[in-house]
Amino acid sequence: MKTCLTAIISSLMIFSPMAYADKWSDQFPHIKATGDIPGDCSYEKMSKKNYKGKTLKINTHAIPVMGEPTALHAEQFEKLTGAKVEVTHTPAGDLYSKAMVPFQAGQAPYDIVFGFSNFINDWKRYLAPVPKKYMNSPEMKDVTKSHMGVSSWDGTMYQYPVDGDRHYLKYRKDVIDNPEMQKKYKADTGKELKVPTTWKEYGEMAKYFNGWDWDGDGEKEYGSAEVMKKDDLMFAAFFSRSVAYAKNPRTPGGFFFDLETMKPNINNPGFVEALTDWVEATKYVPPGGTNFGLGDEIGSFGGGQTLFSFSWDDAFIAAMQDDSPIKNKVGAAPLPGANKVWNRVSNSWENQYNQAPYIVWGWAVGVAKKSKVKDMAFDYLCFFSNGANHQADLAIGRFGVNPFKNSDFDPNIYINSMGWDPEIANSYTKTLLDMEKSNNRVFPLRVPGVFEFTSAVATGTSKALAGQLSPQEALDEVAKEWEAIVSRVGKKAVQDAYAVGVKMEDNKL
Amino acid sequence: MNFKHKYFFLFPGLFVLIGILIFPIIFVVRLSLSGWNSYNPGLDYIGLENYIRLFTDDPRFWESFFRLSFLSVTTVILQYVIGFALAHMVWKDIKFKRFFRVLFLVPMMTTPVIMTVIWRTFFHESLGPVNDMLSIFGVAPKWLTDPVIAKFTVIIVEVWQWTPFMFLLLLAGLLSLPKEPFLAAAIDGASPVRKFIYVTFPLMAPISIGAIIIRLIEASKIMDTVYVLTSGGPGTSTETSSFYIFIKGLREFQMGYAASMSFTYLIIMIISLTIIAKVLTKLLLKE
Repeated sequence: MKTCLTAIISSLMIFSPMAYADKWSDQFPHIKATGDIPGDCSYEKMSKKNYKGKTLKINTHAIPVMGEPTALHAEQFEKLTGAKVEVTHTPAGDLYSKAMVPFQAGQAPYDIVFGFSNFINDWKRYLAPVPKKYMNSPEMKDVTKSHMGVSSWDGTMYQYPVDGDRHYLKYRKDVIDNPEMQKKYKADTGKELKVPTTWKEYGEMAKYFNGWDWDGDGEKEYGSAEVMKKDDLMFAAFFSRSVAYAKNPRTPGGFFFDLETMKPNINNPGFVEALTDWVEATKYVPPGGTNFGLGDEIGSFGGGQTLFSFSWDDAFIAAMQDDSPIKNKVGAAPLPGANKVWNRVSNSWENQYNQAPYIVWGWAVGVAKKSKVKDMAFDYLCFFSNGANHQADLAIGRFGVNPFKNSDFDPNIYINSMGWDPEIANSYTKTLLDMEKSNNRVFPLRVPGVFEFTSAVATGTSKALAGQLSPQEALDEVAKEWEAIVSRVGKKAVQDAYAVGVKMEDNKL
Repeated sequence: MNFKHKYFFLFPGLFVLIGILIFPIIFVVRLSLSGWNSYNPGLDYIGLENYIRLFTDDPRFWESFFRLSFLSVTTVILQYVIGFALAHMVWKDIKFKRFFRVLFLVPMMTTPVIMTVIWRTFFHESLGPVNDMLSIFGVAPKWLTDPVIAKFTVIIVEVWQWTPFMFLLLLAGLLSLPKEPFLAAAIDGASPVRKFIYVTFPLMAPISIGAIIIRLIEASKIMDTVYVLTSGGPGTSTETSSFYIFIKGLREFQMGYAASMSFTYLIIMIISLTIIAKVLTKLLLKE
């Protein structure tokens, strides 16, 4: 009877998504909502490791996004294992070069390097594959199929999954679902106020709700907050707007390039239409919105300044935090689509509804092949994403840790431990889960010299947003630059790497 | 003592010179003749390919160079005028002279990146205090999002940050001027304006030339202000040569190509600054 009871309690502890407050949560308040959750890298397991006298060096992003959880888990790891962990914080734009320069010089000043998952092609030769021990752990088995793919190349995992990113629409639920606002909008525009399903609707609503105090807080509100600042992330915002017009499920074989010829698609009418919409969007962003980086976008939407936003989870999570003025007033939905989609084979528009999720992947982290403390490094990463840490990190918007495990799509996590309204938690998890199931997804480029391609997009699109060039001229310039890059890198090298991404997009992997 | 022993004493200096000056330049030249990038690390030899690309197929580099010329010349002229005025003010016997001398140096003592972040917050068009105050008068300039105004925003920040350097050099110059010409001018009954035009300014010419050249060298490397304030935007409207080289080298990791741009830029700067120095010397030291 006693054995049976113990087995039942143990099973509950293992299979329950939330454990109970325990001695570990007393010592580490970060996990007070769940306590330690049993697993290969739980607090309990880590406390049995002894890394005294060893030093782990980590290069991560600036605080707070990813930098703060890295530092926090480093401190916890030190306390548990006796290791010394040195954390260096680097701005997003310099993460690539800060690792690449020593990598290429044959050095490993950092044992662990954080970056974006699309660095994988350039970084993989300098990273140690994730050992089988971790690959077979229950935590790893819980990672979604798409994020296993994101972290791997040709079946070998080089990046340890700590985050899962995708772009989706965030909107002010208290406005869109408000019957009075719906009536007013109908009276003024003759159209229904609802969650936008096309970018044209998004633009119309954003324009209507731009520049007046629609929530009665005494401040003006605006239509949309978007990442428009010319840096290395605005390209992702542009692709989010492009997928609706240019990712046609009936023309497999490449979204960015025609895989057979490696001719860029970037200046076809689908992309041009998206850029034309984006130029129009400069009229309904807050003052200075065309210089908004990711942090500004999170602050703007999360602070209640705009009706819409679309990008990573962070703005949504920031809006749903306890200290947010708009907690439980926001909704999540798939990225808007379009009522027409470009067919690059027939060179014509197809007048039918199209929507495509953009899986932007996100933060990735690897262990340097030349590191002398690889075991400790992988233990740290496994600890970083253990059940208790992961659930606690998910609840803090500024951490930038977003769902990437199948168990993350359980709305109860957000309802019970974060106090979310059940309807919002359900719409959030459904939005994310539907992206996992979609057959018309777009994944970012993972080709050699990826930064040259994305930098060309950032330069071209920012010229269009600033009015220096028309959308067509700007994208023609980008296409010309892409052709030059392909020729410099070598058509075969880019084509081979791109083929792996196309297989995923065409659901053949 | 053997005559050859004197070379032994030259070694430390030569070693330092080779280590910190000659070697990096030679390395940059060699790097510029290679195709080193993220997918092809190493010093392979590709001849003048990078230079041919730069001179025949990269208008963005030349655009950024002309933009830089405008920004650096404008900022240095403003710094010189304001710096001279401030130095002249505290050169005289005024109240709280020491306080003002220290106060005017404060911007230079702050960290440029941190101060630029603060300026960016000031100029933030929806959350910053500048537009908040200007809204009283019904204006809200697009400090960071208008291609023309953004250039002037960069100039404002640069002038604020580096005018103290000009002030310091010019004040040192003023304090070292001989007293006799001023006494002679006073005896002749020269007005303060005439005294400035015919005595102070000519006497300060050699120092002015040095200060302007030093600041032009520094201003031609405008990078952190642009990086933090605008990232070269909107579009490419505030992109300068050093920022563009940074993008190509450390963002896109085209190390070989970035090295060829750096070397070309170095040559252009040596030639143009030599010409500017000659012209200034001719203009200001004609007598």
